[in-house]
Amino acid sequence: MNALEIADVWKYYGDFPALRAVGLNIEPGSTMALLGRNGAGKTTLLRIIAGLSRPSRGSIKIQGADARDQATRQRIGVLGHGIALYEELSAIENLTLFGKLYGLPDPRKRADEMLERVGLARVRDGLAREFSRGMRQRLAVGRAFLHDPEVLLLDEPFTALDDRAIAVLQSMIQSMRDRGRTIIMSTHQLREALELASHVALLQRGQIVHTGERTQEMLDDTGWLYRTYGEN
Amino acid sequence: MFLRQVWTIAAKDLHSELRTKDAWNASIAFSVVILLLFSFSFDPSSEQVREFSGGLLWMTYAFAGALVLNRSFAREMQNDCLDALIASPVSSAALFVGKSLANFALLFAVELVSLPVFVLFYNLQWGAAQVGPMLLVLVMGTWALTIIGTLFSALTVNLRLRELMLPTLVYPMMIPALIAAITVTTNVLAGSPPGLGIRLLLAFDIIFTLLAVVFVDTVLVG
Repeated sequence: MNALEIADVWKYYGDFPALRAVGLNIEPGSTMALLGRNGAGKTTLLRIIAGLSRPSRGSIKIQGADARDQATRQRIGVLGHGIALYEELSAIENLTLFGKLYGLPDPRKRADEMLERVGLARVRDGLAREFSRGMRQRLAVGRAFLHDPEVLLLDEPFTALDDRAIAVLQSMIQSMRDRGRTIIMSTHQLREALELASHVALLQRGQIVHTGERTQEMLDDTGWLYRTYGEN
Repeated sequence: MFLRQVWTIAAKDLHSELRTKDAWNASIAFSVVILLLFSFSFDPSSEQVREFSGGLLWMTYAFAGALVLNRSFAREMQNDCLDALIASPVSSAALFVGKSLANFALLFAVELVSLPVFVLFYNLQWGAAQVGPMLLVLVMGTWALTIIGTLFSALTVNLRLRELMLPTLVYPMMIPALIAAITVTTNVLAGSPPGLGIRLLLAFDIIFTLLAVVFVDTVLVG
């Protein structure tokens, strides 16, 4: 069974087709880099996979189940553009809240472990609004990985991160890959994405124009993919 | 599972509100000031008070409620928290009921604080027999305001003019519940039986709670 099966997905905003007949299968344990220029439809596709939006047509199955099933959402982790943290709650309160929402057996303990992992244990009782930008980003990374998701969706994960947050995120993604988890990340930062990816998909104007394994050629010349399969 | 999710969402909202007191302070201040202003402006006789008491109280609660309800889903927009909640295994119904309970608790607390102000400044004579029916109509009327208000708060959360749109959309929907609550409150304060209005309120609460729970996933996810 594929980790993700996308079949003939269309998404319209009014009359504008943001996604057009997108079809994609992702095997378990692979790391898929969803590439494309701004407006290509990467975020729209990730939002549909995450169950944040419904496709106008077509279907999405995650491990064989509908994306909006409660059990499916239990297995998905999402790190989007926003940090998705409550400013008026402390670091430990934020993570414990999401631990409870994901039904973890001991959310407080898991939250403490995660704060240790992202280097925020000493400020566990500090309010999120008092944190620096980098600390908030690390806390957001901790929230996304808190329930040890089987499928991880990352939307432009390295954009605007500071060096320490990038290091934390890379180490956590690496750990997920080592444990055979499936990762789908949308990005236009080719170098970071291609280094982590086992597979790539190139989106252009809402359509997948290329999908396949990441090759050495792509790593040696990051512009190769766009030149070969893109419009220019 | 459902009840645990409901409780987690409600506790989170109340905890956040108690820490910031944004909606609470605005709502309390608004309701007390309106009641005081009316008292000083009209200096009504006790007979007149009995006639308009229900209307004045529920108009005040409805407007004060908008201040609480506006914040309900707007609070989730900061940092895209709503996306994280929708992507989590929490059902849309649990999210909605949890938020409704938190809004109900806040609005009910506002009413409990402003009601003594109303009694004091309008020289209302209260008997022990009126306390039970008054609490009943407060609970049922507040739930009606809350359930409609929370649903429309979710519906308008992405609108640029949501502070304006929420009352514009909500008040027409609330008219049956408000009329029933006003009639019952006026009857209770006059020492009469509550009348049929209490059944209308009950029916409104049940029907709109069920409708809201059924449609909230469509409202949130599309």
